[in-house]
Amino acid sequence: MSTEQAILILVSIVIAATPLAFAAFGELVTERAGVLNLGVEGMMLLGAVIGFAVAKDSGSLAFGFFCGMLGGMAMALIFAVLTQHLQTNQVATGLALTLFGAGLSAFIGKSYVGMSLTGLAPISIPYLSDIPILGPLLFHYDLVVYGSFGLLIALIWFFKSSRWGLIVRAVGESPTSAHAIGYPVIRIRYLAILFGGAMSGIAGAYLSLAITPMWVEGMTSGRGWIALALVVFATWKPLRVMVGAYLFGGVTVMQFYGQGMGIHVSSQILSMLPYIVTIVVLVLISRNPRTILLNQPMSLGQSFYPRS
Amino acid sequence: MPRLERRAQPSRLMMFASPLIAAVLMLITGYILFSLMGKDPIHAFWVFFIKPLTTSYGVSEWLLKSTPLILCGVGLAIGFRARVFNIGAEGQFTMGAVAAGGVALYFYNTDAIWVLPLMMLAGVLGGMAWAAIPAFLRTRFNTNEILVTLMLVYVAQLFLGYLVQGPWRDPEGFNFPQSKMFTEAETIPVLIAGFRVNWSFIVALVLVVVSWFFTYKMFAGFRMEVSGQAPSAARYAGFSEKRNVWLALLISGGLAGFAGMAEVAGPIGQLQPTISPGYGFAAIIVAYVGRLHPLGVLLASLLLSLLYLGGDTAQMDLNLPSAITGLFQGLLLFYLLAADIFIHYRLKPDSNGSRPRLTPPPEPQGDIT
Amino acid sequence: MSSNELERERCVNTDSSSKLRRLELVGITKAYPSVIANQDVNLVVRPGEIHAVLGENGAGKSTLMKIIYGVTKPDSGAILWDNREVSIESPAQARKIGIGMVFQHFSLFDTLTVAENISLALDSVIAPNELTERIEAVSQQYGLPIDPHRLIHSMSVGERQRVEIVRCLLNNPRLLIMDEPTSVLTPQAVLILFETLRRLASEGCSILYISHKLDEIQTLCDKATILRGGRVTGTAIPHQETRESLAQMMIGRSLPECQMVPKVPAETRLRVQQLNLPTVDPFGTSLKNINLAVRSGEIVGIAGISGNGQKELMAALSGEQPMPKGATTTICGVVADRLSPGQRRNLGLRFVPEERLGRGAVPSMSLRLNALLTAGSGDGLVNSGLISYAKVHAFAGDVIAKFNVKCGGDEALASSLSGGNLQKFIVGREISLQPNVMMVAQPTWGVDVGAAQIIRQALIDLRNAGVAVLVVSEELEELFMICDRIAVMADGRLSPAIPASETSVEKVGLWMSGAFDEATVLEVQHA
Repeated sequence: MSTEQAILILVSIVIAATPLAFAAFGELVTERAGVLNLGVEGMMLLGAVIGFAVAKDSGSLAFGFFCGMLGGMAMALIFAVLTQHLQTNQVATGLALTLFGAGLSAFIGKSYVGMSLTGLAPISIPYLSDIPILGPLLFHYDLVVYGSFGLLIALIWFFKSSRWGLIVRAVGESPTSAHAIGYPVIRIRYLAILFGGAMSGIAGAYLSLAITPMWVEGMTSGRGWIALALVVFATWKPLRVMVGAYLFGGVTVMQFYGQGMGIHVSSQILSMLPYIVTIVVLVLISRNPRTILLNQPMSLGQSFYPRS
Repeated sequence: MPRLERRAQPSRLMMFASPLIAAVLMLITGYILFSLMGKDPIHAFWVFFIKPLTTSYGVSEWLLKSTPLILCGVGLAIGFRARVFNIGAEGQFTMGAVAAGGVALYFYNTDAIWVLPLMMLAGVLGGMAWAAIPAFLRTRFNTNEILVTLMLVYVAQLFLGYLVQGPWRDPEGFNFPQSKMFTEAETIPVLIAGFRVNWSFIVALVLVVVSWFFTYKMFAGFRMEVSGQAPSAARYAGFSEKRNVWLALLISGGLAGFAGMAEVAGPIGQLQPTISPGYGFAAIIVAYVGRLHPLGVLLASLLLSLLYLGGDTAQMDLNLPSAITGLFQGLLLFYLLAADIFIHYRLKPDSNGSRPRLTPPPEPQGDIT
Repeated sequence: MSSNELERERCVNTDSSSKLRRLELVGITKAYPSVIANQDVNLVVRPGEIHAVLGENGAGKSTLMKIIYGVTKPDSGAILWDNREVSIESPAQARKIGIGMVFQHFSLFDTLTVAENISLALDSVIAPNELTERIEAVSQQYGLPIDPHRLIHSMSVGERQRVEIVRCLLNNPRLLIMDEPTSVLTPQAVLILFETLRRLASEGCSILYISHKLDEIQTLCDKATILRGGRVTGTAIPHQETRESLAQMMIGRSLPECQMVPKVPAETRLRVQQLNLPTVDPFGTSLKNINLAVRSGEIVGIAGISGNGQKELMAALSGEQPMPKGATTTICGVVADRLSPGQRRNLGLRFVPEERLGRGAVPSMSLRLNALLTAGSGDGLVNSGLISYAKVHAFAGDVIAKFNVKCGGDEALASSLSGGNLQKFIVGREISLQPNVMMVAQPTWGVDVGAAQIIRQALIDLRNAGVAVLVVSEELEELFMICDRIAVMADGRLSPAIPASETSVEKVGLWMSGAFDEATVLEVQHA
């Protein structure tokens, strides 16, 4: 394998990891506030279709990303109203969100099927990107990739050092206590859910505007669910989410380069890899119940409504 | 403005009314949607919900499409009652079809009377085997069954794709990715000549009754219900958590597998890359809209099956995208979840015009101090 | 004059002086759809006064405190703070004007540190170093030692209470609300807490002390307001009253007593030896070398602060938690180590767990179905896998009638019952299924006095009928009332069980802090 090939593979791992990282970061914040939103896949689909449609119609990729993010947030808002105000079961509502997202995105995207546009282009950082090997490997990406690292640093700081991060953790830990000492639990959870929706929206838009600049029905093909698994795998820690995203990025890329690398297995079998790896990774991390008990936000998935 | 007030006891009436409210809200949304798309809503409704049932062939198709929904829905409802979230019925459906298809292709042209029963058994076992994976991982390694069942859907679909493009492809099929057509001995007989609805519909009806009996009359059903509603109470009573998970997954997986078998040995008649328009996922909606009650599942299956048919006719007659079916399905579940709030709360007129808010549940007296 | 008028008279008379008032409640009313929690409640607290709010479970004390702390809004009535009417919208606002509250079920976050917990309840942001210093200063000043860097879940309940108190003190409160603070403390620790509270009061901080324990209120409090059924039934100066007169105001009659005659116990029915059980739950307690025997016709009590392994012990005995290797359990002479809860029940082991809703009963199911929950093979409620609804109906009706369970028939959901009535139902269900051994955890937690009396008497009747009874309770008074022998649990260890007549509250209290060593054990065994 030549150096160019290796760089190409490594770069495509980064590209494949980025939407997973965004979606999982969003879900991480939501879950840290004690809310389990299984609708990531649905929110990503909406982000993807709206991002594509808007970018196609307006000609602006940035506007497409922005609207894709809003699309994800709109979905998250539905989830928030149902679970936080109408007290619906979070698991059922999350599933509904995914099913609804699949239907709605297919409906919206019908007239965009088969169209394409020029995808998000990488930015070469002056001088740095000219360094041999390291240049193309580290300094020749689009803004969203750099954004994912910014987000990582921001989240680490948020949960480690900021008061707001402490409050979010407290709400996820015990909404009853947080309410008793006077924090607006519902409002905080709303914000966490909306943040999750925004990140999923961006992740979806990245699929339809950067990775494969077109709209295909169900194009997330389970990435939303993988993001959910990533959060568990990462034991609710931002840095480990990033590591996990890159691991899965690598597995995803394997299926495209597997044949080239001399692995003679049918493409369908190679495509199973990300899903099987997800299962394996989940088994490894949940094997010890203490790992989960010690790290999982204690109120995860439970409804809370203050008794006035 | 009216406000919500917690009921002392959940309302039984609302338990049953809420799916109807959800359906009506779905229709109202449909009305608005059709109008926005420049269609005459009344006509669109007629095309969507009535026209498919105006011919006897249409009715046959309606029952045919409801069959996999009933089968998967009944199984999922049993699982959901026990709070085992098998959301991968689509994958178990696929593996049931694969297993049954394998039998059909292996004994091709045997024309024996036992081939069809063997296919049925293979279908059930295929679905069960696929559901046994999450059951094993959950009981042995504490792994979340939601994610595992879902991941296995993709694996199953890719596996089917691999089979029909590779080893099981019909050599005389002009390179299309599909298996040979099953012989007549490998096909479920139709109920009435000239119509596609077959005996699997009758099997589904029988299973509705069986599952009702299991859920409400048998202690085993009660055990699963307790496990779902209060896991600590189930542990206290000594109901095994492992048995609960295994039972829930094997029942729902087996039924989904049977549904997959019935689909490929029925209307499709061969293995193809795509054998389901999402029956396994729609069955989740069926189970919830049917209130996790077998009879409710039957009714909800008929409704969702009509949505599938309506989507097809609307595409042909009105040039509407058939994706509208998925949209309606999702909406229906949302409205149901929202309407369910009236099971536990009621509207109370409020004179001082404050924002609607939820008052707390009645605190059992002992807890106040 | 009716009794109501008499009571009102009493209020007016005692409140008519015009000294400075820190807090005054006027006509506070709060109704929930099915119950009136507070009705027309008046209350006055003066600066530096330790004021008791006395009432039994369900009298509306907690609701009233939540109203003062801004957690709950009253339907009507006024709150006066320093003689000026205020509207307390939130706990943050309550803290701002100088109200602090120590909750009965602490409002702490288990996976955060002490310092993080405290910083969450401070209304201004303080740099971590400065916060640590201030925590240490306050904890020294008031004799409340805590380490700011420890995680809450690694601390005992008593230590957690200190965190809650320090958290309040850092906000410089002028009124401190303590909600049933002594249930998590040993009798000795209670005395230390009282010291701290008196010291605070002497510095001018008013204290609202919520309790249903008459003797505590008589030792500590300057003044008491008594609630019954959500209404004020009187105010009093506790040390001028008798226990009897306070009880009269609290429950409307004198405190009921249990009838218990001496009885010679027979054969051992429940025995556990060398039980060592490391906890799987990171927030649980490991059991260390537990030995215990309960004989037919005796009640053995296990005293101790909750969270010292009682839950784990009960789960191991009931079979919910599989027995580890090396331990032996026998039930009525049968080795039960590998038996499931159902199989143990068939040997006649019956168990009433501490959590009624969600464990002892399924909240969302009717009483009728809940009657079926612990049905065994010989009860006839289930025949060859099929439920016999007619028999279940008859059985549930029987339990409801025999134990005077107030409910809307056997179709009523378990969640719709009050704590006391649900407990009567669960105890009744287990007793009606013919136990040989009966285990009850916290039999009267959150239960009103009347129901508590029925439950205690039922346990004594069982003992008289020859059943072996094991009771876990936090209430020492209760244990001394009904037990033949008492053992103490501390940090996962169990003391020997000694006859109740040969020990005292003080001794048991010492043991509760773990002060029973090899020597004590030997001494008791040889005695």
